Amino acid sequence: MTAWEPPDSRRRSLHGYHCQAKMAEEREPPPLGDVGQADFVEVEDGEDLFVSTVTTIEQLSPTTPEPSCLPAEDISTNSNGPKQEILLDDDQEDLFAEATEEVSLDSPEREPILSDGPSPAITPVTPTVIITPRAEASMFDRSLDEDEDTEENGDTFDMQITVSDPEKVGDGMNAYMAYKVTTKTSLNLFSRNEFSVKRRFSDFLGLHSKLASKYMHIGYIVPPAPEKSIVGMTKVKVGKEDLSSAEFVEKRRSALQRYLTRTVTHPALLKDPDVIQFLENTELPRAVSTQALSGAGILRMVNKAAEAVNKMTIKMNESDAWFEEKQQQFENLDIQLRKLHASVESLVCHRKELSVNTASFAKSAAMLGNSEDHTALSRALSQLAEVEEKIDQLHQEQAYADFYLFSELLGDYVRLIAAVKGVFDQRMKTWSKWQDAQLLLQRKREAETKLQYANKPDKLQQAKDEIKEWETKVQQGERDFEQISKNIRQEVGRFEKQRVKDFKVVIIKYLESLVHTQQQLIKYWEAFLPEAKAIA
Amino acid sequence: PIRHSESVPNVAVNVDLQTDATLQVDISDALSERDKVKFTVHTKSTLPNFKQNEFSVVRQHEEFIWLHDSFVENEDYAGFIIPPAPPRPDFDASREKLQKLGEGEGSMTKEEFTKMKQELEAEYLAIFKKTVAMHEVFLCRVAAHPVLRKDLNFHVFLEYNQDLSVRGKNKKEKLEDFFKNVVKSADGVIVAGVKDVDDFFEHEKTFLLEYHNRVKDASIKSDRMIRSHKSKLHIPFPHLFPHLFPHLFPHLFVRFFLKVSELFEKTRKIEARVAADEDLKLADLLKYYLRESQAAKDLLYRRGRALVDYENANKALDKARAKNKDVLQAETTQQVCCQKFEKISESAKQELIDFKTRRVAAFRKNLVELAELELKHAKGNLQLLQSCLAVLKGDT
Repeated sequence: MTAWEPPDSRRRSLHGYHCQAKMAEEREPPPLGDVGQADFVEVEDGEDLFVSTVTTIEQLSPTTPEPSCLPAEDISTNSNGPKQEILLDDDQEDLFAEATEEVSLDSPEREPILSDGPSPAITPVTPTVIITPRAEASMFDRSLDEDEDTEENGDTFDMQITVSDPEKVGDGMNAYMAYKVTTKTSLNLFSRNEFSVKRRFSDFLGLHSKLASKYMHIGYIVPPAPEKSIVGMTKVKVGKEDLSSAEFVEKRRSALQRYLTRTVTHPALLKDPDVIQFLENTELPRAVSTQALSGAGILRMVNKAAEAVNKMTIKMNESDAWFEEKQQQFENLDIQLRKLHASVESLVCHRKELSVNTASFAKSAAMLGNSEDHTALSRALSQLAEVEEKIDQLHQEQAYADFYLFSELLGDYVRLIAAVKGVFDQRMKTWSKWQDAQLLLQRKREAETKLQYANKPDKLQQAKDEIKEWETKVQQGERDFEQISKNIRQEVGRFEKQRVKDFKVVIIKYLESLVHTQQQLIKYWEAFLPEAKAIA
Repeated sequence: PIRHSESVPNVAVNVDLQTDATLQVDISDALSERDKVKFTVHTKSTLPNFKQNEFSVVRQHEEFIWLHDSFVENEDYAGFIIPPAPPRPDFDASREKLQKLGEGEGSMTKEEFTKMKQELEAEYLAIFKKTVAMHEVFLCRVAAHPVLRKDLNFHVFLEYNQDLSVRGKNKKEKLEDFFKNVVKSADGVIVAGVKDVDDFFEHEKTFLLEYHNRVKDASIKSDRMIRSHKSKLHIPFPHLFPHLFPHLFPHLFVRFFLKVSELFEKTRKIEARVAADEDLKLADLLKYYLRESQAAKDLLYRRGRALVDYENANKALDKARAKNKDVLQAETTQQVCCQKFEKISESAKQELIDFKTRRVAAFRKNLVELAELELKHAKGNLQLLQSCLAVLKGDT
């Protein structure tokens, strides 16, 4: 996940200092503990840890192979659930008019697509588009090398989303921030190669809400949207033009960009009409149902509570050890990530504090230099003050990097893990439904048996009909369960790969920022050294 | 209890001193017990005053203070900058942290606990070494001073191998001291207000006043900065990395994240050293010159007091002559004051010039060493980071 970058201000170049002094020979170490030579990491030659496309940071390289080469999927402009706007239907028909090829469940080359026939037993909204690329299907079977090759080939996927130019619209408590969403792409999905629209925060939430309701129950991990913040937004609304509200807006802008980039990296979500509409359409119907205190909002809260209760009462017979193992892993990961997130946030805080104290000391050293009556020492102290001031700047920049590179990524992943857990829960629900259907079927059968002896022919017929109905439902339930299980396996595989990539990229970027800091430190101290030596 | 290892160089950190063979003093060992520190003061001397050429005694902090106070109270030394007394050994903060760590042992992994314990113990050791150095500097300053080194109390301090039975001040005495200080500062203001005929001293007065205040400020701010630096290092970082990679491709990604983990461990160690070095070279330097500039101010105060006394004696003499009453007494008083004042002035001038020389030399030494250490550590860090990055990026 690399679409965001710390702003360029971080990499301000400074006046070069001319290094006159040669490095003094090794000084006697301070009388403090074992000051040995720094242990240097032995460079392992010959082994590359991974063949990766990390160097091309800007490029998104998901695991989908050339989508343009994929045969058009069967897209059904079917029953839109109650939550969707009616407008969508028309749009869908326009966009996917070319879609013709039917894909059967038995196709050896493609993964079966979820049935798009009417299936009343399942929760209302069925997905409209599913893509399961070839590579993912057999990912577990291939060796690593092959997999990487696929990635290399898959680079015709080219899409870059930027969220920029936050603008305050309106006044007072009704004011909101509008963000410019720019898409640059060569994909055929879109009518143009480059276009932008204006969106507000609730639009993003609305998009997420729609995607979640469409895809989560079949096991897709839908990237969570950035969190609401009443405090933050109120400050902006009220018009507080201070550093903290500027920081808040920037934090949100960055989060929105990451959110969109993650969403389109998901092969299925990319093709979702809601997503496409979000990116392309100038006007978007206002997503009212995302407001916390709206009717829909309250309904959501009630549903969440109900689900939580349900979760506790469902005791699933896990026949597949993989799921149990994975759930445990995600639990562990969740705990560790939260800890690390807390630590990094603490680090950001401390670094900011250090910066403040360094600046304060710099001033103090300058004053001391002023009052010193030995000329050379006075000059050296002033120089020291300057060095410390520059170091303070460095601390601030580093804190910025800590935050935007690391802390935010960790926060994103804590929320993503929650989404993953949600998907596992959905599987449990699906299983539960299937079991309930089986139970009900059994009861119907028992009822039918009873009726056979009761000589009520019309009731018997009704019972037989019901049995047929429930048999179908049971079969459907089983299919759904298998489907969601399969989807989850793929999703988890994709997620884990993406996670590793994200962290690798961020860690490398973070290390590069640390390198930069050290290089600057060296510059400053090398410039100072001759001044100190010049004291006579 | 911690012993001060003998292999550690006992160089006086903040003061550039000329030591000669006739009298060399150092602290060769120290033992930290629960609530006190015992310093082993080791002397090598060719002077006839001592029974042996080389000997050691054990002293505690209170005995150093007794020695210092005896100098301050000695009228003969009024014209000298009395070497500032070493601060009391203070392990409270460090002990508290270690205790807190012990209490919180249950809430962290064994690894984290051991690591934090090591860090805190290193901190404790650092404080210990610092207090030893500060006590040593005091003794070395005395030994280097042409007059003070001959002081009888000093010799007793060095040689008498029994306890000096110098108890700490009791409450009454502490209260007396407090009042004395109040009176002294009030007087100091009055005395400072008297304009000095001598340009040199007038300049020194103005200079020292401002300098002392600025050093104080710089000392406080540098302490704060270094404390921030250190506290940043105490943030626990869980061993997340084993959990970050998917179990599907264990070998390759493990190595990546383990390397990163290792890297952060090493850079953290270097950061700790940076903070420690800054503490020694910068913070301690400023603290020391805070104390010395105060001692210099005290000297100026004494001279100023003597000047006022002299001028008052002159006035009294004139009055006595005018009234022709108690003239002889007034004359004697005036002469005594005059002598006192002149004696102080003479030595004060030299002392203040020496003070400047010492100060400049100490700052130079420490600033140069600070810069060199910062460079060394930054380069070490850079090397670590770059080689790790090279490995992580593979062979692209």
